[in-house]
Amino acid sequence: MRVVFLGATKGMGRALARLMSQRGDRLFLLGRDGADLERSARDLEVRGGAPVASARCDLEKPETVAPALDAAEAALGGIDTVVVTAGLFATQDQLEADPDLARRLLLVDFTNTVLFCEEARRRLLARGGGSLCVFSSVAGERGRKPVVLYGAAKAGLTRYLEGLDHRFRAAGLRTTCVKPGFVRTSMTDGLPAPPFAGEPEGVARRVLAAIDAGAPVVYAPAPWRWVMLVIRLLPRFVMRRVGF
Amino acid sequence: MLSGWGRLPRPGREVRSEDLVALTRDAVLSRGLGRSYGDSSLPPPSRPQAANTTLADRILSFDERTGRLRAEAGLSAFALSRLFRPRGFVLPVSPGTQFVTLGGMVAADVHGASHHVDGCFGAHVTALRMRVADGRIVECGPEQESELFWATVGGMGLTGHILEVEFRMRTIPSPWLWVEKQRMPDIDAFMEGLKASAREWPQTKGWIDCLKRGRHLGRGVLMRARWASAEEAPARAPAARPRPAVPFEPPFSLVTPLTVRAFNSLCYHFPWRAGGIDHPDSFFYPLDVVENWNRLYGPRGFTQYQCVLPAAAGTGAARRFLELLTRRGGASMLCVIKDCGPEGKGLLSFPKEGISIALDIPVTDDTQGLVDALNEAVIGEGGRVYLAKDAFTRAEHFRAMEPRLPAWTAIRRRWDPEGRIRSAQSIRLFGDAP
Repeated sequence: MRVVFLGATKGMGRALARLMSQRGDRLFLLGRDGADLERSARDLEVRGGAPVASARCDLEKPETVAPALDAAEAALGGIDTVVVTAGLFATQDQLEADPDLARRLLLVDFTNTVLFCEEARRRLLARGGGSLCVFSSVAGERGRKPVVLYGAAKAGLTRYLEGLDHRFRAAGLRTTCVKPGFVRTSMTDGLPAPPFAGEPEGVARRVLAAIDAGAPVVYAPAPWRWVMLVIRLLPRFVMRRVGF
Repeated sequence: MLSGWGRLPRPGREVRSEDLVALTRDAVLSRGLGRSYGDSSLPPPSRPQAANTTLADRILSFDERTGRLRAEAGLSAFALSRLFRPRGFVLPVSPGTQFVTLGGMVAADVHGASHHVDGCFGAHVTALRMRVADGRIVECGPEQESELFWATVGGMGLTGHILEVEFRMRTIPSPWLWVEKQRMPDIDAFMEGLKASAREWPQTKGWIDCLKRGRHLGRGVLMRARWASAEEAPARAPAARPRPAVPFEPPFSLVTPLTVRAFNSLCYHFPWRAGGIDHPDSFFYPLDVVENWNRLYGPRGFTQYQCVLPAAAGTGAARRFLELLTRRGGASMLCVIKDCGPEGKGLLSFPKEGISIALDIPVTDDTQGLVDALNEAVIGEGGRVYLAKDAFTRAEHFRAMEPRLPAWTAIRRRWDPEGRIRSAQSIRLFGDAP
């Protein structure tokens, strides 16, 4: 596969990019920090053997998206897979205390991620289709006390990806919405880990299988599918009482 | 709470990030995979936060021709070996577990079964990138800032935070080992066997049944190995081994004289093959096969006592040490013996020419007394203990063992006049501010 990867420097993105490069996929990295991208590119080159290039792309600056995708297409000679793991995260307490942070998070995790996907899917469809894999979250499954704002942004993103899948699958666009549960990464460092917390490597294996299979939705780690099924079925008066 | 591999808890917590430069900005101690047994990787009680490096695990460069590799300090020996053994490269020195980070391998200047040939890991390190106490980021190596470098190699992370490690990997003819094992009836035979094997074998070590006394004192199994040639080795690659885990901590220690006796007899009399091709992980990392094996020691945890008895003390030193141990009833499930080559350049590096003995000791009310008694014997022989294992040594005992300590301390003070970078262990042994 020829993969454009937004968010390969950290966490689950790093683990997934490593799996892809180790099996021979060609990668082009996008991200905010040029020096950090370079370090990840070198890491993937040593692991996979193939050269990895990168370009700056910042979801807080939507004008960086099109040039970055142009650079990726030029470097890879066309793209067939786009992966987005980038996003902002903050706890509900932090977001309530800082309206500007809340504004930025809502903008990045919903609006600008969607705009990135729009730009990417146009290019994929122009080449006859491809895979678009985007990391949303189980936080978008229900309105919940600890993730009111973050969850709202992710809920919007999930719905967008669902619609995209319905609208363009016949045209060859295979959309995969990833819904990670609690995964031990730097993003969740310091938060108390619930049962079924996972590691990025396990999530990456599951997500790669889902991309290959063209699965529209994947929960990772696997038990979160059933955890979220239960949570989705809980009546509102129960959700109002529980703390999660 | 935070603890070393011996599970003796102290107040503390870890902060993790991929970005070591940011993570270490205000940190007083870095910690990798937490495999040091005692309090080396535990933060001081007044600043109970350790910078966990394990997310910083990127390889920054690798040269196929020279084997030179540079990586972030949190990369583990396990990840390296999974990636590079199939390509014909291995770590130049393999410690007893592969769940250690490069930073930890430098900080403890780890050694392995090849010490008599290869020395410690630090001897193969060509450069370090560090954040020192005043916040600066410094590159050091055997030729550049060499004082800082040799104080850091074996310096238990107390001279600064290790951010990147550059070292030479070793090429191997095949990914398999040729291993031979021999029963050794007593300690004198063991010493002879190690000495004879060291002349021809790049990897030697032994396991001793510590409960045996009298004429069986020091009996055990001598193991020696070399990388198999391409002709000897099977065509397939060594498979990843399954890793069953000890799922929870039992309410009491399962390591008792009774179970140790049974385990030791089984190990000694088990009809293993005397020689043949073997999985490298079974030779280098026999304990890694069970995840969380440290839980077997129950809620009180355990300590490892590892000392080196110098060659100058004569071949009787190991016998005298084992006699003292068995007299004190120090039941040890695991006793590993290894002949060490010459002392390296790391200023606090553990090995020196002689015999290293490592014992796992369940913690009881008597542990402090046992360690004191062993330390006094080791001082008498001119030996020293390994800081990466230690949790009980007294400051005055360590000073008596370590004539290089003042030189190391002087360099450390030059780079950290206020003693900002410190650990629970440095408070205990070097008098740092809590």
